[in-house]
Amino acid sequence: MAVPRLSVGPSLVATRSWLHRIGTSLYLRPRLLLALLLGPPLVWLLVVYLGSLSSLILQSFYHLDPFTGQVIRRLTLDTYRDLLTPAHLEIFGRTAAMAAAVSVATAVFAFPLAYYVARYASPRVKGLLYLAILLPLWSSYLVRVYSWRLILAKEGILHWFFATANLEWLLDSVLKLPVIGGPSLSVSFLGIFIVFVYVWMPYMVLPIQASLERVPQSLLEASGDLGALPGQTFRHVTLPLAVPGVLAGSIFTFSLTLGDFVVPYSLGNSSYFIGQAVLSFTGTAFNIPLAAAFTVVPMAIMAVYLIAARRLGALDAL
Amino acid sequence: MNPGSTPPAIRFRSVSRLFGDMRAVDDLSLDILDGEFFTFLGPSGSGKTTCLRLIAGFDQPTSGSIELHGSDVTSLPPYEREVNTVFQDYALFPHMTVAENIAYGLMIRKVPKGDRARQVREMLDLVRMPGMEARKPSQLSGGQRQRVALGRALILRPRVLLLDEPLGALDLKLRQQMQVELKAIQQKVGITFLYVTHDQEEALTMSDRIAVINRGRIEQIGSPADLYEHPATPFVADFVGVSNLIVGPLAMSLTGSADTFAIRPEKIQILPADSKPPDGRVTLEGQIREVVYLGMITRYLVAIEGGHELTVIKQNRDTTSMEVLAARSQRVLLAWDPQYHRRLAPEAS
Repeated sequence: MAVPRLSVGPSLVATRSWLHRIGTSLYLRPRLLLALLLGPPLVWLLVVYLGSLSSLILQSFYHLDPFTGQVIRRLTLDTYRDLLTPAHLEIFGRTAAMAAAVSVATAVFAFPLAYYVARYASPRVKGLLYLAILLPLWSSYLVRVYSWRLILAKEGILHWFFATANLEWLLDSVLKLPVIGGPSLSVSFLGIFIVFVYVWMPYMVLPIQASLERVPQSLLEASGDLGALPGQTFRHVTLPLAVPGVLAGSIFTFSLTLGDFVVPYSLGNSSYFIGQAVLSFTGTAFNIPLAAAFTVVPMAIMAVYLIAARRLGALDAL
Repeated sequence: MNPGSTPPAIRFRSVSRLFGDMRAVDDLSLDILDGEFFTFLGPSGSGKTTCLRLIAGFDQPTSGSIELHGSDVTSLPPYEREVNTVFQDYALFPHMTVAENIAYGLMIRKVPKGDRARQVREMLDLVRMPGMEARKPSQLSGGQRQRVALGRALILRPRVLLLDEPLGALDLKLRQQMQVELKAIQQKVGITFLYVTHDQEEALTMSDRIAVINRGRIEQIGSPADLYEHPATPFVADFVGVSNLIVGPLAMSLTGSADTFAIRPEKIQILPADSKPPDGRVTLEGQIREVVYLGMITRYLVAIEGGHELTVIKQNRDTTSMEVLAARSQRVLLAWDPQYHRRLAPEAS
């Protein structure tokens, strides 16, 4: 049987434009391409980000002269000595405790949702749930916090709900508790806690869901095959493999809570959190060195937390 | 079943599994005997893995029932069935060491720690990985993971072990070595192995019996020699080894009957075009169209009358590659003994 010989197709070379030539020269010089791509963000990172960060750390080693109110631009540890007074330590403790409580609660609430999205949701439902999880992030954070203030206020819908359901005694006894209570939910640590859990939820759901999706179905089948009841499979296989996701999420919730001042400012009482202290030192008191030193503290806490998380392999899931 | 005789290790009674309109398993009935090395052999998508998952309990049949050692397990979850599985992707727990992986089933059954350690040691000896207790799966090679997966399933001393293409990811040499080892382990522990593969050579190497599965149905069940020498259907003739299928008028002219028959390529002799074949041989004239030199053997494609082609395989015992390659486009005479004709049942659909 005679097969016609194939003729050679149209040549690419003839159609080359200057754009093609630039493309080819970049293709042949991958390092140049990398430099062009990474150059702008690297300059930004080095100059703007690291520049302001080092300026911040430098400021924390200056000191405010208590008599003249002038910043003495000489390196000293005096500001850090001021930082470690009992009143300030209480602020650190309060903020860190809140950040820890918020992280734990967010993880507990986010896990079932993430588990459902990763394991059971159909592609369509999954898309809708993604939207529902991310939708709040499209509106202003300030507006959302303020809405929560209205929801939690004495005249708000939550108090009304408890009153209508004849459960006012329950809410009142919770609000009478020391530390977490207050005159109403909108002026209490409990209120701050509720709002923090709400605003940071997406940052916890998504990493947990990502870590759960990376667990192959066959691992769960293997566990059942070896005799494990579904609960045992969850405890011995699913949960340990989701821990990196939980830790990754908690890095977000923990650090965001440490640095936030809007929520405690809107819903708190006179007990300061770190963010509020920084705000007041940069504002009325105009003690920039102390404000800078205050900011270094959450950075130090986060550094310790990140090192611990890294040891546990949490950063692999980011 | 006769009273007093052992019930089969696995029994399928008219099992079907539908995925939408697709009949993954189609009214399948089957007995697998206790202590047998039994293989489901079929192409991908034939339903063989679905059968395995039905036995393990990861999936439920749409209709029909499955018995293990005489008791109906159709509606039991995996953790209540006395079978264990070696998975295609091994499914080792990445956060556990080799020892913890192998001891997982014992841990679930609350076997004391010291006992577990001893059994893990024995199991690592059996799969020839002594002293590897503390490694993590990520530090093991494919073959080693395979052995750990095997040990993890065998430590529970199941009466039936299910293996889902466990050697698929290994390279050829290692695969051949593991085939021999798996068979040896099966004979040593004396339990039923149900093996799933698409690799006919693997199936022929290890199995006591093979079920060839195609489109959710069993084409033929038999010993490796049976399947190779007496294929019942065109599919089996083609899937197990290579066959020349002779159909219609050509079959009529050679045998006097229009029934399709198969002839294996190694049974055909290639003779010079002008030679006189021995008596009683079926002969055909042809022209060599293609010569594929494969080292140990050479495969010839020979064009014959009516546009057909026959595959002929010859051992390279007394020839060099130069000589066999020079045979291209030569006219030849093909001859074979008609006792090797295998009459086939017509294709199912």
